[in-house]
Amino acid sequence: MRYESPESVEGAVALLANGAAAARVLGGGTDLLVQLRAGLVEPDLVVDIKNIRETRQITLEQGGFRVGAAVSGAELGEHAALKQAWPGVVEAVELIGSTQIQGRASMGGNLCNASPAADSVPALIAADAVCTIAGPGGRREVAVEKICTGPGRTSLAKGEFLVSFFLPERAAHCADAYLRFIPRTEMDIAVVGAGVNLSLDASGQCTAARIALGAVAPTAILVPEAGAALIGTALDDASLDAMASAASAACHPIDDKRGTVAYRVKVAGVMARRAAVIARDRARSR
Amino acid sequence: MADNAKSASQSNVHKWVGTRQVRPDGVDKVTGRASFGADLHAPNMLFGKVLRSPHPHARIVFIDTSKAEALEGVKAVVTKDDICDLPSEMVPAGEMMVNYRDITRNVMAREKVLYEGHALAAVAATSESIARKALSLIEVEYELLPHVIDVMDAMKADAPLLHEDMITAGVEPAPEKPSNVAKRVEFSQGDLEAGFAEADVIVEREFYTHPVHQGYIEPHACLANVAKDGKAELWCTTQGHFVVRGHCAKLLGMDISKLRVTASEIGGGFGGKTVVYLEPVALALSRKSGQPVKMVMTREEVFRATGPTSGAHLKIKMGVTKDGRITAADGLFHYQAGAFPGSPVQLGCMCAFAPYDLEHVRTVGYDVVVNRPKVAAYRAPGAPIAEYGAECVVDELAKKIGMDPLDLRLKNAAKEGTQTVYGPKLGPVGLVECLEAAKAHPHYKAPLGENQGRGVASGFWFNIGGESCATLNLSEDGSAHLVIGTPDIGGSRASLCQMAAEELGIHLDQVHPIIGDTASLGYTFLTGGSRATFATGMAVIEAARDVIDKMRERVAKTWDIPVDAVVWEHGYARPASSNAGAFEPLSMAEIAAMANKTGGPLVGHAAINAQGAGPSFGVHIVDVDVDTDTGHVKILRYTAIQDAGKAIHPCFVEGQMQGGAVQGIGWALNEEYIYGNDGRLQNPGFLDYRIPVCSDVPMIDTVIVEVPNPTHRYGVRGVGETPIIPPMAAIANAIEQATGIRFNELPMSPPKVLAAIEASKAPVADAAE
Amino acid sequence: MSKTKSHVATNVNGNAVEFLCEPQQTLLDVLRDELDLTGSKEGCSSGDCGACSVILDGRLVCACLVLAVETNGHRIETIEGMAEGDSLHPLQQKFLEHSALQCGICTPGFLIAAKALLDIDPDPTETQVRYWLAGNLCRCTGYDKIVRAVLDAAAEMRAN
Repeated sequence: MRYESPESVEGAVALLANGAAAARVLGGGTDLLVQLRAGLVEPDLVVDIKNIRETRQITLEQGGFRVGAAVSGAELGEHAALKQAWPGVVEAVELIGSTQIQGRASMGGNLCNASPAADSVPALIAADAVCTIAGPGGRREVAVEKICTGPGRTSLAKGEFLVSFFLPERAAHCADAYLRFIPRTEMDIAVVGAGVNLSLDASGQCTAARIALGAVAPTAILVPEAGAALIGTALDDASLDAMASAASAACHPIDDKRGTVAYRVKVAGVMARRAAVIARDRARSR
Repeated sequence: MADNAKSASQSNVHKWVGTRQVRPDGVDKVTGRASFGADLHAPNMLFGKVLRSPHPHARIVFIDTSKAEALEGVKAVVTKDDICDLPSEMVPAGEMMVNYRDITRNVMAREKVLYEGHALAAVAATSESIARKALSLIEVEYELLPHVIDVMDAMKADAPLLHEDMITAGVEPAPEKPSNVAKRVEFSQGDLEAGFAEADVIVEREFYTHPVHQGYIEPHACLANVAKDGKAELWCTTQGHFVVRGHCAKLLGMDISKLRVTASEIGGGFGGKTVVYLEPVALALSRKSGQPVKMVMTREEVFRATGPTSGAHLKIKMGVTKDGRITAADGLFHYQAGAFPGSPVQLGCMCAFAPYDLEHVRTVGYDVVVNRPKVAAYRAPGAPIAEYGAECVVDELAKKIGMDPLDLRLKNAAKEGTQTVYGPKLGPVGLVECLEAAKAHPHYKAPLGENQGRGVASGFWFNIGGESCATLNLSEDGSAHLVIGTPDIGGSRASLCQMAAEELGIHLDQVHPIIGDTASLGYTFLTGGSRATFATGMAVIEAARDVIDKMRERVAKTWDIPVDAVVWEHGYARPASSNAGAFEPLSMAEIAAMANKTGGPLVGHAAINAQGAGPSFGVHIVDVDVDTDTGHVKILRYTAIQDAGKAIHPCFVEGQMQGGAVQGIGWALNEEYIYGNDGRLQNPGFLDYRIPVCSDVPMIDTVIVEVPNPTHRYGVRGVGETPIIPPMAAIANAIEQATGIRFNELPMSPPKVLAAIEASKAPVADAAE
Repeated sequence: MSKTKSHVATNVNGNAVEFLCEPQQTLLDVLRDELDLTGSKEGCSSGDCGACSVILDGRLVCACLVLAVETNGHRIETIEGMAEGDSLHPLQQKFLEHSALQCGICTPGFLIAAKALLDIDPDPTETQVRYWLAGNLCRCTGYDKIVRAVLDAAAEMRAN
């Protein structure tokens, strides 16, 4: 196994495009090293992107935020403006693993590892985040929900890697939230994850709603029917209940050591509803 | 509280015993200096790795290790041919018995592999990566066999048979055909039928529990070094290095005294490190390669291949009169032993109803083999499972007759003179005191909110004594070197030093402990059975008294007076009275300084087989909050009350209570082995084997009750094991109060709790009964 | 398998340290096997137990999840560097006073993790301490005395 640590995007692309068949990108390493140790992956080449400045920065852009793919959860949590604008995205990333994991784990790694239960992904989808991918053909922008194609699989082509995310500007009365269910209070992989992003008008009516669920399908899913149940309402109990039902109905999870089908379906609705209440209350206060 | 029970904070008349001192090994442990099993290197060292079966049950047709042996960097490969085949012979390992015939097969499979993870070969190579590559070059042909992992399935007539010669012991007449039932045990007294006939209310329930692992954070690790003349040294993390020595010598066919075992600091054991896994293999590899061999298990190996405790199926039936007298108790226990016989079902049978003074009792247990790793002891082995069922039924009895659950327990509490079902009558014990402390505790009266509930449960463990040696060597400056043989898992060496300092009347700082290796001390049984403070404590006290007697003799000689005219008080030898003479008292330092002039070195010694271990009763109170939309159970508040006899070091007693309680919380709520239909373990890691994390639990409040054990100088009872017994039932009882639903399966994980809550909301069900 | 070793120059506990390592060796492997700093422990190799906790450039991390090569030019603090000369760090002292350790295997990880917390938040609540330390598993103590020791050390450090 070879380790390389390029200092430019182009350098990384060149290594990934021309290098060995089995190359892996190294961000925080909190997924890759576990897989390496367990013998689940045997890359010939590991490309560490953390020395590429662009992947490690959070910058303001067009009123929104450009977040480097290899920014750690701990760093995200320390960015006051980002937390203020996108509390759901930040709290989702901050739920990944322990404090130690947070010291290294990145949003880019969490997305590209493509676990169906990844915590950041439902929040990113709900936020309508856009990914900037660099590759041999240059850069391209991709909606975050187009990245994961199945458990452990992404739509990135050989030679491509995720450089940064864009989170748009927030208007007034808009807020997001993320909740997950786990059996303990920390450390578990999400049994169900729910990301909710709401926009309200000045009178408190919901004008836009994006609900995304994790761990209930091969990839995190956006649930348009759940969002539709909230649009045009005042986010009262009845509409929230309808949204929760729509969320449950959209699930097609598996039985595994972390949850059964029936359990995930039920709790998806519960978590989506609770996240929506938090997002609503946040949105009302802005 | 009874007159003879005092809380640990009152009336401590001792200088060191009963106080909270910094432990002698503490600085090493907070600075990273202390050496645990994997912390040693040796020059020219090789790395050993084990080949493990991927199948839960298969005959080994052949093993071909030639390609592995030929790999550059591989220095030795061992299989069963390098480990002795041993005939059936039972030996104690902790509180359980093990059979050498089974130990050798568990360490290295012979005819069959009996569980996924079963060791069948091992290599030693110059690097870990070469060792792993070598494993992949070992060719094994298996004849796959059907497997069985559930205890009740294993008892069926058509179940796959693990051991073709297993005829159930304890059944008259003996069965003609072999089965997976190794043994049947029964304890009984009185007339069960008559007892149930007296009852106004009878409750009969079935319970299921899954295996749980001891969960020590330090994986098994050792470093073996066998010299060309066959003399061997072994460094390993273990609860009992003398037991390891005996097992390894047997498995390698060597004289016991040719093997010197040093116990490293141990990173947790809880019973799981009372047996051997890597140690004989590392010795065999070292002997074959002529180099030291280090072996460390991965966390995955720990889960796949080391003993959890049993999973079980129980049936508990108890009867009570309207006014709260328990008239009869009947328990049926099926415990899975893993691949080889030896579950702690007998101990479970002994303890199940022990908190109650009962005339009519019967417990029947079955020890059943299944295709899982062989079980090992886990903190009061057998009792947590059995008492979980009993304490849930007692709670149900209380609810049915409208009696407070603590009052029902008080009315029937075991006390001094109670006839146990397993033979002896109890000496002085502190259950009543614990129950009264629970009733009086503010926790018991604190208000509860919606979806919240409170549960209580008792726990009993008998504790053991056993062989312990101790040597006290006085240095020329009067400081004392204390050599003991029970590895220190939880701070026992501090308590032992405190007892030594108390006896000698010197400052605690003058006593320096070492856990001696097997060549430096007489045979000392392992740390387990809550015996270190009790049994090694007795040996330490005896060794201290021995050296005091010797010092008195030296002083008598110096003063030229009879030895009975010299007394030892507060660290000084003095004349017994003014009649003996006007001599200035002599300190230990002064006596030690002139030792070589008065006869030679001053050493105190003791070699005992401690008897009279006192049982420890405990009572726990827990409050839970149930999220009825997700089934998540939160522990709101926890109080553990236990009779320690005498708390030599109250912090360490509290620590045992807190640690055991939290292990029980994990057992109750989230810990379980998850197997697929293919017989393979799906959660061999800390991610999905869910032990409690720091944010899962509140502070664990403790109350130490002290009803002294009359056989120990300071009244000590072992405390380490009882605390894991009450939590599961206490939490189940609390959940029942919160939801009206009585759970009969552990763990009570969110999916199960939610499913039961949903089912109880269905219009027809009356779930509270 | 490629066997080329990399040369790495780091700072460990304030000392300049150099070593050779293979690409797949973790920081934990190197600390324990090459640098004889065995205070950081291996409990799981998958980042689930925290026994290998170290501080990397001021961040609490699991050493088993960092490749040794990644530490070139970076700063590492381990348990061996926590005491100040011959006086213990207040956290170490409080762990002893509160008997916040039984077997001691998890203790280095907890001390490093707690130090990382108090370095950024000198006055955490009990809940904040518990959630910060959720990545450090202890099987012996039930966490009670550990949390008390951390809170007590924080109070003492604030007073000084």
